[in-house]
Amino acid sequence: MSTHTPRGPVLDTTVAPAAARIVEALRPELLLTQEHHMCPGCGEPLALRGFLDTLSEMGVAQRSIAVAGIGCYTSFSGTMDVDLVQALHGRAPSVATGVKRMKPDAVVFTLQGDGDMVNEGLQEVLHTAARGEQVTCILLNNGVFGETGGHMTATSVIGQRTKNSLDGRDAEYHGYPILIGDLVSRLEGAAYVARGSVHNAGAVARTKKMFRRAFETQVERRGFSFVEVLTMCPTGWFVPTADGPGYMNDTLGEVHIMGELKVDGVVRTTDELRIENEHRQHEIEAALARGGLDT
Amino acid sequence: MTATLPGRAERTLMEGSEALVRASIAAGCKFFAGYPMTPFTEVLEHFARLLPEAGGTCINAESELEAVGMAWGALATGERAATGSTGQGLSLMQESFSELTLAELPMVVFNMARGQQDYFQATRGGGHGDYRHIVLAPQDVREGVELVQLAFFLADKWRNPVLVYGDYLLAHTQEALTIETLQFPELPPKSWAVDGTKSGSGLSGSVTPLGVSKHGQPSFGQEGKAQYIATKTPLMEREVRVETGFLDDAETVIVTFGSPAKFVKYAIKQLRADGHRIGYVRPITLWPFPYDTVRDAAAGARRVGSFELSAGQMVDDVRIGVSGQAPVTFIGGVSTDHSGFGMGRMLDVDVIRDRILALHTDRELPVIPGYEEFTYALAPHQQEAAR
Repeated sequence: MSTHTPRGPVLDTTVAPAAARIVEALRPELLLTQEHHMCPGCGEPLALRGFLDTLSEMGVAQRSIAVAGIGCYTSFSGTMDVDLVQALHGRAPSVATGVKRMKPDAVVFTLQGDGDMVNEGLQEVLHTAARGEQVTCILLNNGVFGETGGHMTATSVIGQRTKNSLDGRDAEYHGYPILIGDLVSRLEGAAYVARGSVHNAGAVARTKKMFRRAFETQVERRGFSFVEVLTMCPTGWFVPTADGPGYMNDTLGEVHIMGELKVDGVVRTTDELRIENEHRQHEIEAALARGGLDT
Repeated sequence: MTATLPGRAERTLMEGSEALVRASIAAGCKFFAGYPMTPFTEVLEHFARLLPEAGGTCINAESELEAVGMAWGALATGERAATGSTGQGLSLMQESFSELTLAELPMVVFNMARGQQDYFQATRGGGHGDYRHIVLAPQDVREGVELVQLAFFLADKWRNPVLVYGDYLLAHTQEALTIETLQFPELPPKSWAVDGTKSGSGLSGSVTPLGVSKHGQPSFGQEGKAQYIATKTPLMEREVRVETGFLDDAETVIVTFGSPAKFVKYAIKQLRADGHRIGYVRPITLWPFPYDTVRDAAAGARRVGSFELSAGQMVDDVRIGVSGQAPVTFIGGVSTDHSGFGMGRMLDVDVIRDRILALHTDRELPVIPGYEEFTYALAPHQQEAAR
């Protein structure tokens, strides 16, 4: 007797299959190709889709300018159908400042990783936020230098094993992670600050709304806007691909708490965000128990 | 203060840094970002005051790293933009200077240097990789007004950074001037710039130091990009600019640049009046260096001297130019004032004349009074290495 239990639904072979969906139709308008060079399980393409679709939906695509930092996501610079300025590692917020001051009607955003923004160029994002620069900084935070092959960054969490923290990040030896969204939210010039993630469908949808509010903040010239997105990097975390989302939620997600950290100038504490997230989780579970979610 | 001389346009008394800024605005500069540092500070002050009036933007950057980044962004949109500092501040910007060359962004950079010790930095660069910046070294404010406008033109012409090498004297000397807008040949439109309007059209663009381009568009690749820039560099050498004087029968040739060149020229004029056959070569572009002019000047000379306020940097280029035709002697020296910001006691026509005459008459160079006590002497444990 076989003890094997199928993990997914068994295909019904007695009827004709439903028409195949054309994957191309799901390609964001602002992507020139679906090809990318990311590892399996990488969260960055999900974040990319989120902000590209948002720009299209807002009708501001044809006045948007991206400023890319240096990291794995730099390869998106060739596939995004968005005018782009390539910055040096860490320097994107300053470059975006120059772009925006010369093109005040453009929607200008940076695309940076945690190594780029929080290690190499920490002062750049802080000063740009403090200046209330009318740009949006997007951080793809996976807590690791993915491109170099899995090294500790300033956002790596305590206990995280990387190639240069082999026994796990030790606070006494390596110091503590920087919660960049929290830092930015304390600055007067920052009007909207949020931390999303892409580890499940709900988080992707929630993050997309954050992109929308951030870009709206910029379009309405209400100040600096910031969206941090926790992304999976199973390669850099040395975990099986399928474990990426769960690992992310249990490690990075427990330290870099998701939620809107500043809305309309009002800062929200980590505790407030935790309570809100728990409340959301209960609502989701209750809705699932009732038979499904609306959105 | 303004004054009008008969037959002349109205002139305004202004310090050099203001003149350089007004010349930048005349050249169409729309963006400046900088961080205060003596003796560059006044350049930033005048940009902050004058650029907004002229429809531009000046940002008080939080560091030199951010200043060069901001100007980078402004340039990428196709506007004329500049940054600057002293050599110390420019040291911080070197990574960007190297990569801007690969991104082919026409940045104008002001170095109001603390002396002439940034010659290597300006002409060799402290950044990584193979790159060159055109370097213009005005001898005074009047020439600075022209060279600043030329800098913006050359930067666009070659899509390459251009550095204006000034100093404490250039920045702070007051002169009565009229800033006349110079006319330059027309340049092609900046079709490479990005403004967001091509986003979503399938033909979006990118400004990048990397060899990548948008999917489906022709791409250099990293290998091709390096080749492309390396083959552009020798073509920019045709921008060499130089002034010479009294070379026809010169037995001694002095090479000198920037503010000190004016002192050197004056000293040579005095020595000429006394019958000494001395001439000079003044590179106006430090890169490209006027090697051919120096070679020709050295051909009939008995000796060549390099006068610069450093421990001897340009002298390397002088030697390359002279190519062994005559002995080359460094007759300058490090000389800063008590603050370290300005020029020291060597920048004095009498001192310079004595040094030139010593070279010309094959005597030992005079010691600058007060400098002997700071001469480094070998300690016993260093004798061994000196053998």
